[in-house]
Amino acid sequence: MSFPILSLLIFLPILGGIVLLGMSRENEKNVKVMALIISLLEFVFTLPLWFAFDKTTYHMQFVERHSWISLFNIEYYLGLDGISILFVMLSALVTILCVLVSWNSIQTKVKEFFVALLLLEGAMIGVFCALDFFLFYIFWEAMLIPMFLLIGVWGGPNRIYAATKFFLFTLVGSLLMLVGIITLYIKGGNTFDILALAEQDLPVRLQLILFWGFFAAFAVKVPMWPVHTWLPDAHTEAPAAGSVVLAAILIKMGAYGFLRFSMPILPDATTAMMMPMLVLSLIGIVYGGVICLAQTDLKRLIAYSSVSHMGFVTLGIFALNTQSVEGGILQMINHGVVTGALFLGIGMVYERTHTRKISDYGGLATNMPVFASFFLLFTLASVGLPGTNGFIGEFLILLGSFMTKPWIALVASSGLIIGAWYMLWLYQRIFFNPVNPKWNRIKELELREIVAFMPMVILIFWIGLFPNTMLDFMHVSVAHLLEQVTGNPEGVASGVQLAVTNSLDSAGHGVQHIQQISH
Amino acid sequence: MPTYLLIIPFLPLFSFVFTFLFGKRLGVQSHWLPIISVVISFCCAFYAFLQVKSGYHINQDLYTWISSGTMSVSVGFLLDELTSVMLIVVTSISALVHIYSVGYMKGEDGYYRFFAFLSLFTFSMLMLVLGNNFLQLFFGWEAVGLSSYLLIGFYYEKVSAADAGKKAFIVNRIGDFGFILGLFLIYASFGTLHYEPIFAHVDQIANQTFTMLGITVNLPTAIALLLFCGAIGKSAQLPLHVWLPDAMEGPTPVSALIHAATMVTAGVFLVARCNPVFSLSMTALNVITIVGSITCLFAATIALTQTDIKRVVAYSTISQLAYMFIACGVGAYSAGVFHLFTHAYFKALLFLGCGSIILGMHHEQDVKYMGGLKKYMPITYWTFLLASLSISGVPGFAGFFSKDEILAMAFVSNVGAGKFAWFIGTLVAGMTAFYSFRLFFLIFHGDFRGTQEQKDHLKESPRVVTVPLILLAVGAVAAGNFGIPAVIGGNANWGHFLEPVLGHPHAHPSHAIELILMIISVSAGAFGIFLAWKMYMKNPGMPQSIRERFPILYKLSFNKYFVDEMYGFSIVKPVIGFSRHVILKIIDIAIIENIVNGLPRIIGRVSGSMRKVQDGLVSHYLAYMCGGVVFIIIWMYVGA
Repeated sequence: MSFPILSLLIFLPILGGIVLLGMSRENEKNVKVMALIISLLEFVFTLPLWFAFDKTTYHMQFVERHSWISLFNIEYYLGLDGISILFVMLSALVTILCVLVSWNSIQTKVKEFFVALLLLEGAMIGVFCALDFFLFYIFWEAMLIPMFLLIGVWGGPNRIYAATKFFLFTLVGSLLMLVGIITLYIKGGNTFDILALAEQDLPVRLQLILFWGFFAAFAVKVPMWPVHTWLPDAHTEAPAAGSVVLAAILIKMGAYGFLRFSMPILPDATTAMMMPMLVLSLIGIVYGGVICLAQTDLKRLIAYSSVSHMGFVTLGIFALNTQSVEGGILQMINHGVVTGALFLGIGMVYERTHTRKISDYGGLATNMPVFASFFLLFTLASVGLPGTNGFIGEFLILLGSFMTKPWIALVASSGLIIGAWYMLWLYQRIFFNPVNPKWNRIKELELREIVAFMPMVILIFWIGLFPNTMLDFMHVSVAHLLEQVTGNPEGVASGVQLAVTNSLDSAGHGVQHIQQISH
Repeated sequence: MPTYLLIIPFLPLFSFVFTFLFGKRLGVQSHWLPIISVVISFCCAFYAFLQVKSGYHINQDLYTWISSGTMSVSVGFLLDELTSVMLIVVTSISALVHIYSVGYMKGEDGYYRFFAFLSLFTFSMLMLVLGNNFLQLFFGWEAVGLSSYLLIGFYYEKVSAADAGKKAFIVNRIGDFGFILGLFLIYASFGTLHYEPIFAHVDQIANQTFTMLGITVNLPTAIALLLFCGAIGKSAQLPLHVWLPDAMEGPTPVSALIHAATMVTAGVFLVARCNPVFSLSMTALNVITIVGSITCLFAATIALTQTDIKRVVAYSTISQLAYMFIACGVGAYSAGVFHLFTHAYFKALLFLGCGSIILGMHHEQDVKYMGGLKKYMPITYWTFLLASLSISGVPGFAGFFSKDEILAMAFVSNVGAGKFAWFIGTLVAGMTAFYSFRLFFLIFHGDFRGTQEQKDHLKESPRVVTVPLILLAVGAVAAGNFGIPAVIGGNANWGHFLEPVLGHPHAHPSHAIELILMIISVSAGAFGIFLAWKMYMKNPGMPQSIRERFPILYKLSFNKYFVDEMYGFSIVKPVIGFSRHVILKIIDIAIIENIVNGLPRIIGRVSGSMRKVQDGLVSHYLAYMCGGVVFIIIWMYVGA
């Protein structure tokens, strides 16, 4: 039995939170420093994962498996594969940034805020590590509580409405999932082991019912159209850190759920429901983009843009071929990085202006040039400029979905135009145009804030220029997943003829780049 | 990978990063690194050109950029004849514009920012032309768009400048929409995005078809037209030309470099680079020729009446780019690239000349307030004259050779629209000469029409501005020497040099025909110049009387055929209105939100009525229990 690294990663923040709870309320500085140390430590502990991970196998790694409630075969079963590993690291990273961005902006119940944040981190990492459906469900629901508190206690004026809406939406979805989990347990050989369940050959009718049960939970989280309306409210009211976690990690859980549960356990339902899912994704992309043009509230706009971007993610996942699924997973990371960074930035500027109304801004580039540069980079990554991470994800998703069904890529690509439109318009209204004299004395970013931005900047260029360092983690796991779902490691058959490709291969042409793949 | 080739793009990149991060501290010295690096890039580019000329080619990958499943794309460089010509154009003009900007941008806020972005642009454009695959081309394509966005919006506090930058980016995105679908189709057909294997196997898609949504089209036609969408956006052809005139909001050196000489020619470069694909589809070639012809005429008619000097030159750029597309459309790619080459010099010169005038006039751009500048700005005057002669196609100047080659090729081409293109092209040659000299006479001759104060301050621009003008003038006069046609004693070096990449034109005109066509187009140009002289020198009242005789035509031209207004009215406003009133208010709030919030409301109401049952009276509970028992007994009885 090797070192239980995953348990450490899950329980370090939870225990840290408990320690924090015991600290004196008087000395806020100590609480903050402690929270920062814990989150930094946590991130440092995720680094061994990066180096020790074996990219040549789809088998779960860093596995910990103990019997827990033996009566129902419930296990404490953890492990990572190429799909989940990056999210664990991202969660740890994002939490650090959340601590940094909350340094001054949280004024009330400071201690409790950081406790909630750390507990949330533990639960999030638990979700990505769990391989037992029951354990997964516990972490899944456990996330809900700190997030509910983050919005409901430290949120904006309309926070109670937003928090309740968030809670109810996710809870209703989760309950349907719970029914699904129990059904699976009964019909699937009395086990909660996700990998074992994936081996089962369930009847198609049952698969379809379960698929929509899981869909309720996951689609709400993503959020897919039309169950997206909680997200703008939650984002608008949440404190900066809450928005960042929400955008960067929490809404990824939905897409992760599809990848980890719906697809491998319910392969026939997945292929049968491919079209409806793709259509819902397309609606999300276009609808989320167009609605951004009508937004007058900064945070609401970015929230709706998430609906559009997550539409790309689910599109990629359900287009069911190598490029699209890998692009979808990468785009989850990308969206986490970019939208997380955008919300960080909005949090920083909100701290100075206390307004979210876009029309209150204007000409900020004059007095905050450093901030304007950062925000421009995030905007460009969000619209998928090549060289930034956003491009890689969108390109792979669109390419993959084109191979599956060309018209889908046709519709989805329109999202690129709309995306540029609303993001650049937003940028213009905040940073360009005549300077609003109200902000003549606005403070430029301080070092702490620049430090908080740096990891995101590095990731944007890193993934944008060297995406293979991330994609390499996924190749084998995605191939395995696609084989489980479609019976072919490359996914569904292409809807486009590949006339020349075959002759290219057989002729031995295609120079070096074709040969490299076979390794 | 040879070092000199790496230096060409990456030195400007380094210069961008350094200047952007530390330029503020360097202040007025921040131009040094960008200038030095682009000059070194130019030297390396020239060396690369010599290498290619001696028969040396490079096609090498730096590293694998994206690989997923069977898809793999590298970052890599291709150095061949076409690339080497583009490298020369980009680096030489960029270097001159860098130097010119030291004078032009002196004392501006964000001086360092300007130079940083110029370096960024140079890097991006070089990556675009150097790439050995479509995705890297797309990288450069979008990155030049970004640089253009940043530089158009350089005076970002001006709403019109910020609007123009945004517009340029979004309109280009519309073109890119087609471009990226074209890339997907290429990948679907060839299984790779690298030029070499694609062009080597291009014949295999010749008679294939592609079906989408029940519509079946010829595969090469589909690919070619999708790629052409991107070219239309980048090179500002109809119907996506609207961003380029607005882009004149940017500082004038930017207009010269990006919006005249280099970036806007990327579309032509794309078509030329993909000539094996385009040549497979007669339909695509006809479409390009027709779009080019119409744009050519359309833009020239607008340029006739504009009074903002930069706008005249901007519309003239659109019109000249259209000539290049006509050349590509009729299969004479090397003629198109030749015009790209000569145009880069004389058009950059025109723009920089405008910039010099704008400096002298203290940022007055309206020709109505100019006149008689000849004696105040002699160097600007003479260089501007040379550029005007060149664009008007006066024999011996660069523009003459390239334009005539296009017209001759169009005339003899086997592409259906070729004759039509020749006719339009010749007509526009006359118009070009007219509007160029109209501008020239209005600026430099006659009496000064501005304020006395402006007049007192009129003087020639500093040497850092005029030296680049002189150097460009050399190009505007002599750039044609590379491609003097055989009919007047040349040896058509240009076409031979590019032949390995761009192939043969479809047909060659006989010498007699070439000579006749030449005489016709030169006469058209001469007539244009004569008309301009007659209207603006001899009879200054004539323009007014013509305006009064054709008020509708004049209004259409002066208001650019109201295309912007049309787009605003038919696309922008409806989409935003639809977003606000239908998507947000009706679908999102009235329907989805109501259903979502309605569910708890219904549950609330149901549970509210259920609550009344539990009123705490034991007698009621007893009654319910009895009722229940009776119900169960009956149910069991019936069930049995």
